[in-house]
Amino acid sequence: MADQIHSTKLQDKAERNVFLMFVMLLVLLSVGGLVEIVPLFFLKDTMEHNQHPEVMWDRKPGQTLADWKAGDGVRPYTALELAGRDIYRREGCYTCHSQMIRPFRDEKERYGHYSLASESMYDHPFQWGSKRTGPDLARVGGKYSDAWHERHLRAPRSVVPESVMPNYPWLEENKLDGAFVASMMRGMKTIGVPYEESDIAGAAAAVEGKTEMQAVIAFLQVLGTMVKFDENTNYRE
Amino acid sequence: MEATQVEQKYSFDVVRWFSIAAVVYLVVGTLVGVYVASELAWPWLNMDSPYLSFGRLRPLHTNAVIFAFGGCALMATAYYSVQRTCGVRLFSDALGWFTFWGWNVIIVLAVITLPLGFTSGKEYAELEWPVDILIAVVWLSFSFNFIMTVAKRKTSHIYVSNWFFMGMMVMITYLHVVNSLAIPVTLFKSYSIFSGVQDAMIQWWWGHNAVGFYLTAGFLGIMYYFVPKQAGRPVFSYRLSVLHFWALMFGYVWLGAHHLQYTALPDWTGSLGAAVSLAMIIPSWGGAINGMMTLSGAWDKLRDDYILRFLIMSLAFYAMSTFEGPVMSSKTVNALSHYTDWTVGHVHSGALGWVVMVAAGALYHLVQKLWNTEMYSAKLVNLHFWMATIGAVVYITAMWVSGIMQGLMWRDYDEFGTLTYTFAESVAAMHPYYAMRAIGGMIFWAGAVVMLYNVVMTVRKAPATSTVRAAAARA
Repeated sequence: MADQIHSTKLQDKAERNVFLMFVMLLVLLSVGGLVEIVPLFFLKDTMEHNQHPEVMWDRKPGQTLADWKAGDGVRPYTALELAGRDIYRREGCYTCHSQMIRPFRDEKERYGHYSLASESMYDHPFQWGSKRTGPDLARVGGKYSDAWHERHLRAPRSVVPESVMPNYPWLEENKLDGAFVASMMRGMKTIGVPYEESDIAGAAAAVEGKTEMQAVIAFLQVLGTMVKFDENTNYRE
Repeated sequence: MEATQVEQKYSFDVVRWFSIAAVVYLVVGTLVGVYVASELAWPWLNMDSPYLSFGRLRPLHTNAVIFAFGGCALMATAYYSVQRTCGVRLFSDALGWFTFWGWNVIIVLAVITLPLGFTSGKEYAELEWPVDILIAVVWLSFSFNFIMTVAKRKTSHIYVSNWFFMGMMVMITYLHVVNSLAIPVTLFKSYSIFSGVQDAMIQWWWGHNAVGFYLTAGFLGIMYYFVPKQAGRPVFSYRLSVLHFWALMFGYVWLGAHHLQYTALPDWTGSLGAAVSLAMIIPSWGGAINGMMTLSGAWDKLRDDYILRFLIMSLAFYAMSTFEGPVMSSKTVNALSHYTDWTVGHVHSGALGWVVMVAAGALYHLVQKLWNTEMYSAKLVNLHFWMATIGAVVYITAMWVSGIMQGLMWRDYDEFGTLTYTFAESVAAMHPYYAMRAIGGMIFWAGAVVMLYNVVMTVRKAPATSTVRAAAARA
């Protein structure tokens, strides 16, 4: 009985030798990931700025992040925006809000131009999200005033009665820690975000006395405003 | 073999502890789920508290059900079935206990850190880097212990359930290690070394395969041991199990990309993921058919074997959601279903219907074997079965309706060519379904409480002497 082969020779060998089966699994299970993930790091047309360099901010020597104007192109987040992004992540905003607009007519009218890969190239981790319990936020920047956001974050139903979003009253009570924000930027720099030493040196001063509320609003207000889109350009060819 | 001989031959104590822990975590994890579901229906439940707000509790729910409940159920069943199918004791008892306590330390750390807002910000992988390292260490020791037990087996061939467990172990190691690569900033803060589109693809390679390997391959391992055991019949087809095993192992890895269709991920990757997703219905149904047909000629057993009912119903849910998955990954459907509650419903038809049901069946079987007794109350097993089934169906139905309605409302145009609904109107329209979903969840949770009660009473009256029984008696 035990000597009879009921399938193929290879299958029979694998069933008799756990280490052979283990190695077969090691090889087989690596294929899908290698094919789908590795090329994304090398194929030039993955990132739109390779064909359309204008979507990136061309930072001249001596310029600070404050010299950037909306529409100048994708740049790293300022100290305050980065602090806001970390609070966005801490509060799990991505569990209800996406930051990824798809190329459909209704999404264009509701949220704006479809999102580019280059727009989130400095997002460690990405925050595209997977669920819209609330609306997409990829281009929420500039749509509402700072005062509206403040009221909305404090008590969402005071401005949008249908909302099911939690109140975030603690954001205006908590102050930012400048040294911590600088270390966050240093961490980002280590993994390739092009911060200059002067950006990091100025971080503590930039967030001095600011609340978490102000940081989150600064982050929301920059979302989707970096790139100036040309309606006649197809960014995904 | 006499019960005492079995007891001496195998290391069952660690399995007992994992089994009890799994039932306890099922109650806890689904309770958190019911709470976060209720927050969406009645937002005042957020209580203006950071620690209770949806965004922080939702990761606690997913981590509790996947890692605490799912992990303990997998480790209990894997450690039990590997000993029985190989005819040998665990490779190392000490390593077994290390995995038990290590895994529980991870769960405690998750319960503390997630409500405090320490999160990596990647779905289903929210735990921060020190906990990630601990997960890798415990997972590898679990895998090593399992594989070495298989290596010293008395049987000539390795039984099919062990193939599935091994596939899960290898793949989860790959996924967890790569997806968690991050640069630490402080003890509880780190940044993923990947960004944007690459990070998204790696995250969903992890995200879909946490489902594909942890919650599917692992639980198919459970199915392949416990369905034939409970039915008292051999697996329907050996050839089918060989075919669908290798097809599942090869194919599942590719599916993650279908979560990113129409996003900034290049079209070739999303389409590739969708194409393989469609093909995956074949190996998935191979498993479902193999499990169900094991009962061929003995369907009458379903009349009075309530444990078997759990196992067979789980396969029905498995077949249903592995049909739904490929449908949702096709581009046309995905354009509608993505970002909606339909996805949430799909996940729960797999999680409540398949994962919990098959694990509950296996755990009931285990409790009877481990304590060498019958369940305290067969009627309560049946009650749990019906509560779980009805709760899951109510949940899934609510999410189908709300998901499809959301998708249609968002893209609806009036006769003037302008969007008919504001986003807020779509949120208001969801309220009845969110309430219905919370109620479905509550029914399901109450069923889990019935299970916990039944298991505790069974252990208390059981004659065997074991550490868990002693602890239960003291309690």
